[in-house]
Amino acid sequence: MNTTGSTGLRPILERHESTLLANWITAQKAAPTYRPDLIKENELRDQCRDFLRALMQAVQSGSQNVDGSEWQPVRDLLASISRSRGKQGFSTTATATFIFSLKEPLFQLLQQEYANDPKVLAEQTWATSVLLDRLGLYVTEVYQQTRDSLIQRQQEEMLELSTPVVKLWEGVLALPLIGTLDSARSQTIMENLLQKIVESGSETAIIDITGVPTMDTLTAQHLLKTVAAARLMGADCIISGIRPQIAQTIVHLGVDLSGVTTKASMADAFILALKRTGFAITRPTAGR
Amino acid sequence: MPVLKSDTVPIRSDADVVAVRQIVRVWSIEAKFGLVDQTKIITAASELARNTLEYGGGGHMFIELVEEGVRKGVRLTFEDQGPGIADVEQALRDGYTSGKGMGLGLGGSKRLTNEFAIHSVVGVGTRVTVTKWK
Repeated sequence: MNTTGSTGLRPILERHESTLLANWITAQKAAPTYRPDLIKENELRDQCRDFLRALMQAVQSGSQNVDGSEWQPVRDLLASISRSRGKQGFSTTATATFIFSLKEPLFQLLQQEYANDPKVLAEQTWATSVLLDRLGLYVTEVYQQTRDSLIQRQQEEMLELSTPVVKLWEGVLALPLIGTLDSARSQTIMENLLQKIVESGSETAIIDITGVPTMDTLTAQHLLKTVAAARLMGADCIISGIRPQIAQTIVHLGVDLSGVTTKASMADAFILALKRTGFAITRPTAGR
Repeated sequence: MPVLKSDTVPIRSDADVVAVRQIVRVWSIEAKFGLVDQTKIITAASELARNTLEYGGGGHMFIELVEEGVRKGVRLTFEDQGPGIADVEQALRDGYTSGKGMGLGLGGSKRLTNEFAIHSVVGVGTRVTVTKWK
């Protein structure tokens, strides 16, 4: 009999499938990470059974290489389980426990099977342990990837959401900025604004920085570049929403904003923009 | 002067600069800074953190909540193992930059804080310490 690698698993998986499945599910339900609120027992049972079947086939193929093509079905199954757990809100530990909880029931069966041969038992236990560790790490890795892609998608969504250019009046655009102006975002902002200026043929754009918590030299530089680019396209920019603390900080930093029209509030900026475009707001009084 | 507490923040990416600003904000509120002083120290921290990242190739910020008599302050130390600054006086001059910035960060940080010290050795690295008192 071939005792190298994890081939000793084969007779166990073949003969004790139902015992193994039952013990494994019991072990998972006993684990502190078990979340009956997130996953139904039926679903868990299906996942476990599918995994054991895939594992059996992979072991039957005789291949030891978890990264090889014989193990592809096992990896695919684990990846889909890991991804769905990531979306369901399981923690990393809970997700990895799916694989690691298989150790105990599997070792028990190995012990029964090779009770007469301690040397083979030790070898098989070690090989099985290594195998499950690698599968467990694979599960964790996929879980991490799922989370990372989620974060990335959210970042992209935020980038899209947080740079709206709105039309306030004929020829007057407004760009309310919110949050950190790092280079990636300021790029998107600049592109959006310039695009809207072309589309609408606007002459004035109000950039409101009420929602920008910190104005450092990089942010100032990005703003000034945006203003300069807009000017080249024939639109004047007004920067509004400069709070007292920001004003003082800009003065101390030594940033020169004298080339740009600035206003304390969006309302002031809007009045100025209307004046420039030839509009005036009047209050119709009674009797006239 | 007694140090009430301290912490270290790594500066390895743009996201870390945001983290630096956030921790400085929290600590300056703890030191009971007014809104203007909060904004000043946060802005200085943002400048220095970006310098650490851009010119020093990354490093870390050491933040301390200090106390002297009745007044409290926040002290920030930015350290990197970058190329160092050959001419510190020139680097502090407004408008001078070896990169693509406005050349106001270092001098601006000095004006935004109460105490400013810079120690740089070419080929070894740069350490900038600033303190803002309430």
